[in-house]
Amino acid sequence: MDTPLINDLNICVATENGSGSASSNNILFKAIFKMGIPCSSKNMFPSNIQGLPTWYQIRACADGYMSRKDVIDVMVTFNEATAAKDIYRVRDGGIILYDDSTPLQANLKRDGVQCVGFPANKLVAKLVPASPLRAKQRNMVYVGALAYLFGIDMAVIKAVLEDTFGKKPAVIESNMVCIDAGYQYCKEQGVKQNIARLEPIPGGNQGKILTEGNTAAALGAIYGGASVICWYPITPSSSLAESMEYYLPRLRKPIDGKKPYAIVQAEDEIASVGMIVGAGWAGARSMTSTSGPGLSLMNESIGLAYFAEIPCVFFIIQRGGPSTGLPTRTQQADISLMYNASHGDTRHIILIPHDMNSCFDLARQSFNYADRFQTPVFVAMDLDLGMNMWSSEPLKLNQEVYDQGKRLSAQDLEEWTKAGKKFRRYFDQDGDGIPYRTVPGNQNRMASYFTRGSGHNADARYSEDEHDYKYILDRLRKKFDTSRKFVPKPIIEKERGVRTGIICYGSSYEPVREARHRLKARGLKTNHMLIRALPLTSEVTDFLAEHDTVYLVEQNRDAQMAAIIKDENPLLGAKITSILVYNGLPVSAGEVVKQIFDAAQTAKTA
Amino acid sequence: MAEAKLNKLNLTEKDYDGAPSTMCKGCGHDAISASVQRAYYESSIDPRKVVKLSGIGCSSKTPAYFLSQSFGFNAVHGRMSAVATGVNLANHMLLPIGVSGDGDTSAIGLGNFCHMMRRNVNITYIIENNGVYGLTKGQFSATADVGSVMKGGKVNDIPAIDLAELAITLGATYIARSFSGDRKQLTPLVQGALAHKGSAILDVISPCVTFNNHEGSTKSLKYVKGHLDPIHDLDFIPPYENIEADYDEGTDHEVEMHDGSRIVLHKLGKGYDPTNKAAAIQAIHGAIAEGKFLTGLIYYNPNRKEFAEELNLCDIPLSELGQDHLQPPLEALERINADMMK
Repeated sequence: MDTPLINDLNICVATENGSGSASSNNILFKAIFKMGIPCSSKNMFPSNIQGLPTWYQIRACADGYMSRKDVIDVMVTFNEATAAKDIYRVRDGGIILYDDSTPLQANLKRDGVQCVGFPANKLVAKLVPASPLRAKQRNMVYVGALAYLFGIDMAVIKAVLEDTFGKKPAVIESNMVCIDAGYQYCKEQGVKQNIARLEPIPGGNQGKILTEGNTAAALGAIYGGASVICWYPITPSSSLAESMEYYLPRLRKPIDGKKPYAIVQAEDEIASVGMIVGAGWAGARSMTSTSGPGLSLMNESIGLAYFAEIPCVFFIIQRGGPSTGLPTRTQQADISLMYNASHGDTRHIILIPHDMNSCFDLARQSFNYADRFQTPVFVAMDLDLGMNMWSSEPLKLNQEVYDQGKRLSAQDLEEWTKAGKKFRRYFDQDGDGIPYRTVPGNQNRMASYFTRGSGHNADARYSEDEHDYKYILDRLRKKFDTSRKFVPKPIIEKERGVRTGIICYGSSYEPVREARHRLKARGLKTNHMLIRALPLTSEVTDFLAEHDTVYLVEQNRDAQMAAIIKDENPLLGAKITSILVYNGLPVSAGEVVKQIFDAAQTAKTA
Repeated sequence: MAEAKLNKLNLTEKDYDGAPSTMCKGCGHDAISASVQRAYYESSIDPRKVVKLSGIGCSSKTPAYFLSQSFGFNAVHGRMSAVATGVNLANHMLLPIGVSGDGDTSAIGLGNFCHMMRRNVNITYIIENNGVYGLTKGQFSATADVGSVMKGGKVNDIPAIDLAELAITLGATYIARSFSGDRKQLTPLVQGALAHKGSAILDVISPCVTFNNHEGSTKSLKYVKGHLDPIHDLDFIPPYENIEADYDEGTDHEVEMHDGSRIVLHKLGKGYDPTNKAAAIQAIHGAIAEGKFLTGLIYYNPNRKEFAEELNLCDIPLSELGQDHLQPPLEALERINADMMK
């Protein structure tokens, strides 16, 4: 028999949603984390409150890779509705855990795997008085079974329960009893497995935090000075606004007992965008969070903010589209929509975080970009980044001074008057395409102007004149091009002499990092570029020029980022081979590796 | 030439001018702009504290035609209510006036309009109501009355939305209806709205002389003039004016505003109390049944907090807060990091 792998294990738990498995899975995951083992979790949940299938994957990986693994070592089949399929998702030689006290489960059989049954229902019936809670406690039994099988320290589980339910000793006790029952049952039955062991790594996750991208971004927005937040509930973005609702009163000191921020749950996304455009115009740092359908609704006012040059920030947590699509699954298919949101010629700045710290930091910086460029700024995230629990270095605060851009105070205008300078709202004073602005409340005589989404001239007067109109459109383009020099540059990892490059962005970063490791092991060395913003910077062109073949990994069907790159680099763009993952699941390294080898093979035969 | 009269801010009525109007000759909207301008002047309001907001349509163009010293924002169709809400959140010290039309408010923007009133956002919101889409050349709007005839002969058979009634139902706190041609009534009603803190809705019938002024239209100049039904005559008395209004103890009613100004309602023998919600709705229904336009201060509720106050926003406008107020200390983040290690 093979020796077990140490700290290399991928567990998938199949349950019904609303059955309490979120709790048991969380405890399982945190216990492995607390043992110091590098680990990650992916929650693949339905758009439903109760009764539909849900899967939760926990991956322990000694090498520290955090992406979803598509090879499943252990399947906990606690959902009768999907069990027949689920048992075939385990790799050969893997393990199936099931509740053998339910009749259907007992009939499920598959060759080439080890089946471990334990009577979770029966055990819980004995331990927990009949109550709605009993069904939920059933899930705690598999935590205990897994703990026994793979060596999760029961003392650590207890500690996690205490962290989670600190003030409710009765809850801790009742959960622990069920976990212990699973553990003891497997022990008494002498169940053995030999595929993997989880071994504590002293100090392993020391200093690491566990958080979700939406929380990190919410905190970043608070540190970045967001003061008007208008939003409408939509998965997977709601938890971003809700995190702000939770943290703002705890973090931002009241002024004379009153709030230095406004959070408004709007009546729809059309209203939330209208509100943040109004607030941005009036000088507040304003933001909303939404996902695809909300972004579609917001389009008209995004164009208004672009054309009237109003700062505001949009956190877009992408999910599966089009239409309602897969509301609880992940995708990066709104890149084109963000980049060109609204009718007419529009281009928008997009910041693209790829991990917890960049969610925090780009959220913070987004308000500086919006103010500096007086334009809507998008922070493009996705469900995988936003709603899954990631282990990360602690959030780091860059304490740079807020950049308010070219906003003139009454005093500034006084000095302008003395210097014989005239304030012209939409005039390119500095040759960088960025005009100066004032905000209402400015008492200087020169300050006021009339904002409109209709044609206007450099002095903010209504105009349908062809020269006036073209001047504004061209200046907006110039402003956009100026932003190329300011947006976050890509992160590049390269070695001399390597001729194959991989480009990706956002949540594809982690699977690509792992894929490169695997490709290297199989003889294909690659360089890497992580795009962190649109518009594209010159580094992208350089990267294309430096490589013979460039694989661009993205999570949409139509290669949306590739289209943007090819549009700006028509010749070099021909080097791009798109690697597209758009099944709604977080990208796995295995999928990337497979597609790259397939593409290389096709290229060779051609 | 006689010297122009100055108000309390030493401004003349001309100081409240805007750009020249581009409305059709004789348009009701221009008369409303003139009343609005007069109201600001009479109430001695600093135009630099005012923000003018609008949506899209003929009416929405008009904020450019008064108070050129104020900031203005002509937004997109139907979204002025939402934009105004955001402006209020960012800076509740500003004095917002919104001008909209019946298409902008009662059709495309109805949802946002309702929720603005539900929140009691502080604004003077004027609907220049002519029952017709002007800029797109003469389609019925949602305030066109049943039986009203379009220029080409088409008859409207869908009931009108009564914006004053809607406003009462949804929580607006100062609701009036008037007629563009009745400057004597409209100006004090606008002054009252400007003095009010909360959603002040003025539904002003403003005949479209180009597309809806023909025989068979119920919003033609002639028809409206013949069917006005004023509840009362009224006077607006600003807080700084100590003058005694012409007040008849028996039939008159005085409304005291937040800022100390007063509106004196001289009842036209109708015993109307504008603070009685149910009676207000009943009066509107009664007038509709008789084919009349009920005008005057229809409803007033001084007891509801406006939105910014309800949210307990700090006195300094959010738009003026600097990094020292907005950015929490580093130690707070370190505490959160420590929590996330558990």
